[in-house]
Amino acid sequence: MSALSAFFPSAAPEAQRPATRDTPWLRWSLTGVALLFVAGFLVIPLTAVFAEALRKGAEVYWAALVDPDALAALRLTLTAAVIAVPLNVVFGVAAAWAIAKFDFPGKSFLTTLIDLPFAVSPVIAGLAFVLVFGLQGWLPPEAQAELLAPAVARELAAIPGLGWALGGLAEWLANPRIVFAVPGIALATIFVTVPFVARELIPLMQAQGNDEEYAALTLGANGWQTFWRVTLPNVKWGLFYGVVLCNARAMGEFGAVSVVSGHVRGETNTLPLHVEILYNEYQFAGAFAVASLLALLAIATLILKSLIEWRLTLNREQNL
Amino acid sequence: MSITAKNIKKTFGRYTALDGVSLEVPTGKLVALLGPSGSGKTTLLRIIAGLEFADTGSGGIFFDGEDVTQVPAGQRGVGFVFQHYALFRHLTVAENIAFGLKIRRRSERPTKKAIAEKVAELLHLIQLEDLGGRYPVQLSGGQRQRVALARALAIEPKVLLLDEPFGALDAKVRKDLRRWLRRFQDEIGLTTIFVTHDQEEALEIADEVVVMNNARIEQVGAPQEVYDRPTSSFVHRFLGNVNQITLPWGGLIDGSTAHVEDGVAFVRPHDIELVHFSEDRDGEAAVVYDIHAAGPVARVSARREGNNESVEIELPRSQLALLRLVEGDCVLLRARPKHPPVSEYAI
Repeated sequence: MSALSAFFPSAAPEAQRPATRDTPWLRWSLTGVALLFVAGFLVIPLTAVFAEALRKGAEVYWAALVDPDALAALRLTLTAAVIAVPLNVVFGVAAAWAIAKFDFPGKSFLTTLIDLPFAVSPVIAGLAFVLVFGLQGWLPPEAQAELLAPAVARELAAIPGLGWALGGLAEWLANPRIVFAVPGIALATIFVTVPFVARELIPLMQAQGNDEEYAALTLGANGWQTFWRVTLPNVKWGLFYGVVLCNARAMGEFGAVSVVSGHVRGETNTLPLHVEILYNEYQFAGAFAVASLLALLAIATLILKSLIEWRLTLNREQNL
Repeated sequence: MSITAKNIKKTFGRYTALDGVSLEVPTGKLVALLGPSGSGKTTLLRIIAGLEFADTGSGGIFFDGEDVTQVPAGQRGVGFVFQHYALFRHLTVAENIAFGLKIRRRSERPTKKAIAEKVAELLHLIQLEDLGGRYPVQLSGGQRQRVALARALAIEPKVLLLDEPFGALDAKVRKDLRRWLRRFQDEIGLTTIFVTHDQEEALEIADEVVVMNNARIEQVGAPQEVYDRPTSSFVHRFLGNVNQITLPWGGLIDGSTAHVEDGVAFVRPHDIELVHFSEDRDGEAAVVYDIHAAGPVARVSARREGNNESVEIELPRSQLALLRLVEGDCVLLRARPKHPPVSEYAI
């Protein structure tokens, strides 16, 4: 004891503290910085959204939400998500399956291509659609109409019952538009959400390897059975996670959709675009009310995501 | 069912995994494919299973003389056990075992009751009757390996193929399980091939050992045969310890156990006799520099007088005690005369 303390005289008072723990002031200041950051960038803005939305009372809040234009925007946002998410699930699963389980020429190119929407600014993506499908584009509306054979569409619409069932679709086929209409918004949404499902699945599938598929093969399973009974169940939670993220982005997308939408109120406005319009018109209460709706969607998504993440870690721990 | 592989070639890009390998496995035998990693043994097994396909220009794979080269894995009637078990992690033990039966076409699928009976029977066989409801993650390595085996057996394969079946297990479980496999194979008589890099494992349980190296088969024979009479320096080195002694060597006599190749004699440490130095005896003079006597066998290291080459000798401790050997002693070394020929027991 005496010999040691002679060697390390300063070690004596601090020896009480375990080597893996920092000094209190360092711990508290680091925690404090983190908390301040969270408050400043997350809690306060989110609170502000709800506070502003409810400032003029619940009636104004409610009125802004049930305004026909707001409802139309909500409907369009959900439509875009309903189109984009399933398509990206199919595409994402197929791409992840191909990339993780097989070797083929151009594999790394495909992987890069999937990441493209992360790298390209959404505004540029939207612009690209306008340049292709717009009035001065490569495939302007007249060409689109020709391509879709409006005659067929009119005949379809003329069939009693069917015309009614197809409703807007038949009407749209007769006079197709892509940009500044719902298809353009769906396209732009699909483009920006392409990476989410595939990006989530590829590392998961790669980590799991091919052994279970090979095992299924030797047991007599065909490709289809192997996929549905082995591959897909193994990535189930990862897939849900990808879907949640994909959906969040689909509903929240602004840039790309803004370029292709044309901002026709009640027709081609999504929720984020509607918020912008209201805000620019100084209807702050309305803007914040609609924004709070989006924030609620985001919070619901976050809760769902945490639940899935919790399941996912549980699964991963089990697999070790 | 017998398995024949004829002139199998397989390359992965520039890398040659199998360079014209031919193999004959008689019905009902337990055969070990033994070799260092990268020797092509697993590739050969996977080609036999139909999980990989040989290059064009190869011969083929034949089961009982019938060409199955183009038959997909699922229709070859092969039970395959993977090194890392490859159990379906989202299914219970019982569901794993039943998998191969449940996915059959309706016309070929056994009834639910028949499947349940089969699963119960296999669970009994692998001594895991109570664990049918568990998931693979809840089992130990040895238990998982047995479930993998049961799953492979459920489809009543004609051939059982095991890829490093005990590779991922700890030493004790490994020993128990390989003896269990040997007994099991004796009982059901299923033609079985297993891949291993562990020579002790291959020598202990196989009827026949196929030693592979560098995409080729080096030697095929009964365990004792490949151990006692290796036909190449590789087999000599790979199976057990061996001294590599540069010739000329005074202790090399005609009819000794030494294997001579390119001016080098290969002699196993326990095949070297050691006596105290005396002028009137044959042998190579050497000086003892280390004696290690822990365990049942004593290990003596000696340095040759001529070229300072180190030679290891293994001898029973009782003999060491009789010799009263100490470090620095001058000794004579001599390769032991050949074993009396082994009775050629059944292959």
